[in-house]
Amino acid sequence: MATPVLTQTVDLAARFPGKVSADARPGYAGIIVNKENLVEVATAVRDEFGFDLLTAVTGVDYIAENKMEVVYHAYKTTGGAGLVFRVQVERVDPIEVPSLINIWPGVDFQEREAWDLYGIKFTGHPDLRRILMWEGFEGHPLRKDWKEPFFEEEVKPFKSRWPDGQHTFAENKNPFRDNLNFPKDFDPEKYVVDKEEDLYMSLERDTTKDVEGNMKTDHIVVNMGPHHPSTHGVLRVAVQLDGETIIGLKPVMGYLHRNHDKIGERNTYLQNIPYTDRLDYFNSMSNNFGYVTTVEKLMKIPVAERAEYIRVIMAELSRIQNHLIFIGMLMNDLGTMYTPSLYAFEERELVLDIFEAVSGARMMCNYFRFGGVVRDIPDFAMQKIKDLVFERLPAKTDEMERFLNENEILVARLKGIHVLNAEDAIKYSVTGPVLRATGVPYDLRRADPYSIYDRFDFDVAVRQNGDMMDNYLIRFDEIRQSLRILEQAIKQIPQGPINSQKAAYQVRVPAGEAYGRIESPKGELAFYIVSNGKPNAYRYHVRPASFVNLTAVESMCKGSKIADFVALLAMLDIVMGELDR
Amino acid sequence: MYGKGILKGLSVTWKRFWDTYTDDISWMLRGKKRYNSDEGIRHRSSKDTKGIFTVQYPEEQLIVPEEFRYVPFLVYDEGADGKKEVRCTSCGICAKVCPPQCIWIVRTNDPSTGRPVPVPTDFFVDMDICMNCGFCAEYCPFDAIKMDHDFDIASYQRNVYNLEKLMKPASYYAGIRPENYTREEEARKAKEAAKAAKAEANAAAA
Repeated sequence: MATPVLTQTVDLAARFPGKVSADARPGYAGIIVNKENLVEVATAVRDEFGFDLLTAVTGVDYIAENKMEVVYHAYKTTGGAGLVFRVQVERVDPIEVPSLINIWPGVDFQEREAWDLYGIKFTGHPDLRRILMWEGFEGHPLRKDWKEPFFEEEVKPFKSRWPDGQHTFAENKNPFRDNLNFPKDFDPEKYVVDKEEDLYMSLERDTTKDVEGNMKTDHIVVNMGPHHPSTHGVLRVAVQLDGETIIGLKPVMGYLHRNHDKIGERNTYLQNIPYTDRLDYFNSMSNNFGYVTTVEKLMKIPVAERAEYIRVIMAELSRIQNHLIFIGMLMNDLGTMYTPSLYAFEERELVLDIFEAVSGARMMCNYFRFGGVVRDIPDFAMQKIKDLVFERLPAKTDEMERFLNENEILVARLKGIHVLNAEDAIKYSVTGPVLRATGVPYDLRRADPYSIYDRFDFDVAVRQNGDMMDNYLIRFDEIRQSLRILEQAIKQIPQGPINSQKAAYQVRVPAGEAYGRIESPKGELAFYIVSNGKPNAYRYHVRPASFVNLTAVESMCKGSKIADFVALLAMLDIVMGELDR
Repeated sequence: MYGKGILKGLSVTWKRFWDTYTDDISWMLRGKKRYNSDEGIRHRSSKDTKGIFTVQYPEEQLIVPEEFRYVPFLVYDEGADGKKEVRCTSCGICAKVCPPQCIWIVRTNDPSTGRPVPVPTDFFVDMDICMNCGFCAEYCPFDAIKMDHDFDIASYQRNVYNLEKLMKPASYYAGIRPENYTREEEARKAKEAAKAAKAEANAAAA
C-alpha cells in the first residue's frame, strides 16, 4: 500500500551538494550536515521533503574522536520512514550549534536538555537554561568524562561484587572527596538559588497594557508547585498572571531527575530493562516494549510468534488501564475528588492482577526480553484476560461514559477550553492522543507499524476540535480500539515458544545506532541507542512522550484562566517518572 | 434539561452503592463469608465483582499469584543429618546480572590448594537497593536463588541480609511456588537420569 509520498526518495546529497555528506560509519544511517548549513537543510527537510514532525533531538559525546554530535530524527505525520540528520562539531567548549527552534518549536525543551546534559550551546535559542539539573549545577553530566557521586566503574557489573564481595554502604565511600564537583567557592550552607531571576524574566509579559489610556495593572508571578498535590508528581510551573488570566508560563522540572540516560549507559543491555519500568511507571509494559524493540532492531533478531501476541496483549491492556487512570485523575484535578478515580482504579486493579500473574509485579513488570518475553501467560491469567476483554471492560467503559460524559459541570469545564490546532500540535512535536484529538490521524501502530500491529483491524481514534473535551473523549475511543485489538489477538494467538533466543544474561549487540519508537499510551515513546559492540550501550537516550508534549503547554493555555491550567496538566497526561527521567 | 447528565451520572453511583448491599445479602443468604475469607477475596478480584471492592489490609490479604516476586532468598536442601546444603555454588552470575548491583558474594577457596570451592563463604543482598526485578532467580543455573512471597519486611533499620538470613529450605520454596518447583524437580531428575544413562553407556562401552 505504498503511496507516492511514502516512497519519495530523499536525496539530500543531490539537493545540497557539498553541504551534506552521507554517514559512512557502519551501522549508522542518515546524513551529516555541515554546521553552517543546518538551518537551511532543516528548512528544506520540513518544507520540501515534508518531514513535518521532528520527534527527537539529542546529543552524543564521541569522546575518542573528540566530536560532539547532535542527532535529529524527523518524520512525516502522514506516516512512513523517517530521516536522520546530524551535525558534528569539535568537542571544544564552547560547542555551538544553531537552534532549530524557529523551524520546529517543539525542539525547545529537547535543546535545553542537550545543553543541560551535554553542554551543547544552541545559538538562537531564546531561553537556553538548564532544564533537568538545578541552576547551581556545574558540569554536563552526560559527557563521558563526567563521573557521578559514588562512581565505581564505567560499566556494570562492578568488580567489587564477586568473587570477594564484601558489602559496603554507599555513603561510606565518601562522595565529597572523590568525585563530586562543586562550583568554585560553593558552600552548601550558604547556597542561595540566584538563577531564579532568569526563569521569571523568561516569562512572557503583556506590554500592550502599558499604553496610555489603559488602566495600568501589575502582573503577578505565581509558582504552582513543586508540591502539586494531584499525584502527577513534583512539577513546578511559574505562571505570569494578569488577574486570573495566564500571560506567560514556564514549567520547571527535574525534581525527580536521576539521569536515567547515564544509568542506562552504565548498565548492560539486559540490566536496563527493569530501569525502563520506572520511566512511565503506569505503563511499564509499554516502556519494556519500546526498549526491547529498539535493541532487537540493533541485534537484528526475530521475535517469537507467540511472544509478539503476548506483547501486544500486554501493551494494549496497559493502554486501557492508563486511559482509565487518566480519566480518574482528570476528574481529580477538576475537583471531583475520588469517586470517578476510584471507579477507574477498580478496573485498573483487575488489569494489574493480570500483570502480576504473568510477570510477578503489578507495576514494575520487567516482563519483556530480547526476542520474546520471560514466561508464558498461565492458563488462569489467560482466562482472566478473556473475562476482562470480552465481558467486563466493554461494560465498564460504557458505564464510565454514562457516568461522566453528559455531566453538565464536566462539559462546562472541558468544552472549548485550551484548544490546540493541528498545525501547532505538529509544530510542537506533540504526539499521542493529544495530537489525534486535533484531527491528525497519526498513530504509530498505523503510521509506522512495529511488532505485529499491521495484522489487526482497528481504527485510529481521531477527534476534530482539539479542545479538552475531545482530548477526554478520545481516550474512550482508544480504549474501545484497544479492546478490538485485544479481541483479535486473543483469538489469533498461536501456541509455541515464547522466546526466539536462548536465555542469556549477556547479549551481543553489534555496533551501530537504532532509533526505535512505539505508540505508548501517552504518545510516541522512543529510544535512541548507540552501540559500540560492547556489553553496554554507548549512548542510551529516551524520548519520552510527556516531556515533549509539555513543550506545547505554554501556547495551549495562554489567555485562559489559571484554574483551567490544572486540568490541562491532567489532560497532557504527564507522568514525572518519564518527564524528569 | 439542564442537570440531566448529572442525574444520569448519579444513577451510576447509586447503583454501585446498592450493589454492595445486594451482594452482601446474596452471600449471606447462601451462607458464605464475603469478608475475611479466601473465597470472598478471590471474588472481589474477579470479573464478577461489584459494589465494594477493597480488601482490608492487613486483616485481609490479597492472594498473590505464584509468579509474584519480592526480594530474593537462597534455597537450601536438607541433608541427611539436618545439615543445610545450600544450592548456591558462588558462580557469581546473579551478582553480575543484578541491575542495581546489590549482591555481594564471598567465594570460598580451599585453604590447602587455593582453588575455589563451590560454596559461598558469605552472601550479602542489600534489600534497600534491591529492585525486585527477579533477574537473579531467572538466570541462576542451579535454581539456588529464588524470589520470595513475603512482602511484609518493612523495618526501622537498613536491611542487609547475609547468608544466614537469606537461606530458606527447599520445602518453603515448594510451598510458595508449587508449579515451578515441580517443573524444576522434574527437569533435574531427567537430567540426572540422562547423566546416569550416559555413565552406564560409557561403562558398558569400556
